[in-house]
Amino acid sequence: MGEILDLTAAEAAARTRAGDLDPAELWRTYRERAAADELNAFTWVSEDAEPPAADGPLGGVPIGVKDLFCTKGIPSQAGSKILEGYRPPYTATAVERLTAAGAPTLAKTNQDEFAMGSSNENSAYGPVLNPWDRTRVPGGSSGGSAAAVAAGAVPWAIGTDTGGSIRQPAALCGIVGLKPTYGAISRYGMIAFASSLDQAGPFTRDVTDSALLLSAMAGADPCDSTSLGLPEPVRAPTATDLRGIRLGVPQELTGEGIEPGVLDAFRRSLEQARELGATVEPMRLAHAQHGLAAYYLIAPAECSSNLARYDGVRYGHRTGDAGELLAMYTKTREEGFGPEVKRRVMLGTYALSSGYYDAYYGRAQKVRTLIAQDFEAAWERFDFVVSPTSPGVAFELGAKTADPLAMYLNDFCTVPMSLAGIPAISIPNGLSEGLPTGFQLAGPAFSENRLLDAAHALEGIFGFDGSGARA
Amino acid sequence: MLSRDQVLHVARLARLELTDDEMERFGGELSKVLDHIEKIAELGDLAGVEPTSHVVEVENALRADEPRPSLPRETALAAAPDPAPGGFRVPSPGAG
Repeated sequence: MGEILDLTAAEAAARTRAGDLDPAELWRTYRERAAADELNAFTWVSEDAEPPAADGPLGGVPIGVKDLFCTKGIPSQAGSKILEGYRPPYTATAVERLTAAGAPTLAKTNQDEFAMGSSNENSAYGPVLNPWDRTRVPGGSSGGSAAAVAAGAVPWAIGTDTGGSIRQPAALCGIVGLKPTYGAISRYGMIAFASSLDQAGPFTRDVTDSALLLSAMAGADPCDSTSLGLPEPVRAPTATDLRGIRLGVPQELTGEGIEPGVLDAFRRSLEQARELGATVEPMRLAHAQHGLAAYYLIAPAECSSNLARYDGVRYGHRTGDAGELLAMYTKTREEGFGPEVKRRVMLGTYALSSGYYDAYYGRAQKVRTLIAQDFEAAWERFDFVVSPTSPGVAFELGAKTADPLAMYLNDFCTVPMSLAGIPAISIPNGLSEGLPTGFQLAGPAFSENRLLDAAHALEGIFGFDGSGARA
Repeated sequence: MLSRDQVLHVARLARLELTDDEMERFGGELSKVLDHIEKIAELGDLAGVEPTSHVVEVENALRADEPRPSLPRETALAAAPDPAPGGFRVPSPGAG
């Protein structure tokens, strides 16, 4: 069992496909670990002792799926009480593709309610604990997926990233998290938060696993008219150096607000990038400092619209204290939504309301354009833009729950890429105070193969050892 | 600072029935967040900037209009809190 646990997902898949490892043994090993999880990383674990038949490049290596992906007949509650017990009649395209490629769903992972949060403390099913230190958060919103992969309770997992919900928890748990280009993966069957920003992506132990999972998930889907797929097949990354690669270091994401230990790790990583042959130069993303404000208008505005569907009529919770129709709506939503969801619905409704629309939502959309233009200008001089993924390491449970704004500020390094729709990956680059730090690498839209290659080279020189969290 | 009336108005638009405690708490919290968001006013006149509603430049994503099976009615109704034969039952809209 120890040996199985030491394999990356790609290594395990190679062995099962060569006939050197029984996929049933792999399934049983991880099912036992997932069932014994003490981090509250899961909202559902398969009770099947034997895996479903699987065939394909992913070799039967089982996967953890964030709760907000609809999975037919399996609870899909998006971390919300309003969807308690909901079993959808269909499965999300991304999950269908993984199943077809040979990765059976082993478990559903815990998350912040409707993906709103940066600590996983907003789940109606309780917070997830960080496997590196159980008094700390795993990050969010895909905290269950990140903690489960880091703890070795699943070989790999998928989550979603709206403003950093893959990259930040990956950083805080010491694993690799990739947010692909917007449109690379279908959103069909993903319970919506902010539709112009939501994007699925992989959580893995290393960059090679990330590429393998992305290769199976990406693709245009007739059920999502904004999905495009990727322009070329995802390759297994092989680069071991960064010769000729130009890295831009934006002042706005690498100075004020970053914890000293995180900044030290980041600077050491830049030195290592130079050793691999990269050039590293400071640059500006002039509007990045306004990214957070724009994000916290656009995402709540879209959420207030998307979450209008939870009205106690077609699925989910309905109040037992109905009265007339309008009271049924307002009481159902009052009972079913947690405080953070209510805050964002209120914020978004306010930003879209008559008299405020131009000053808030309309203006935020223009700032979004300016941020996208900053990145476009950056690509004329640089191959990638790099920064710490999270301004700090994993914080104590409860440390920021009383102050929503302090919680939102966690996202300032990750939201600019989300607003621009570009791909970004977080790879673990060291420890600060004994806790993992993350290095974020962002590239132009659809540059996934180059991004994964550069991340692979960096991962080699960083030499991060995550095995401590799997004990 | 958002007034209690403003919070009440927004809650009504959002179809949320807030408790008095929530009303108090959200008023303060949302005001603080809005103070931060006001930073985007610093950017001055953005009249010449096009808004971005979506980063993907896809227009007229059309497919052939061919009939295909949809979910059976019973399946679509299975998760409803109060299904009626062939539909969803809801309380009366009342007089208001």
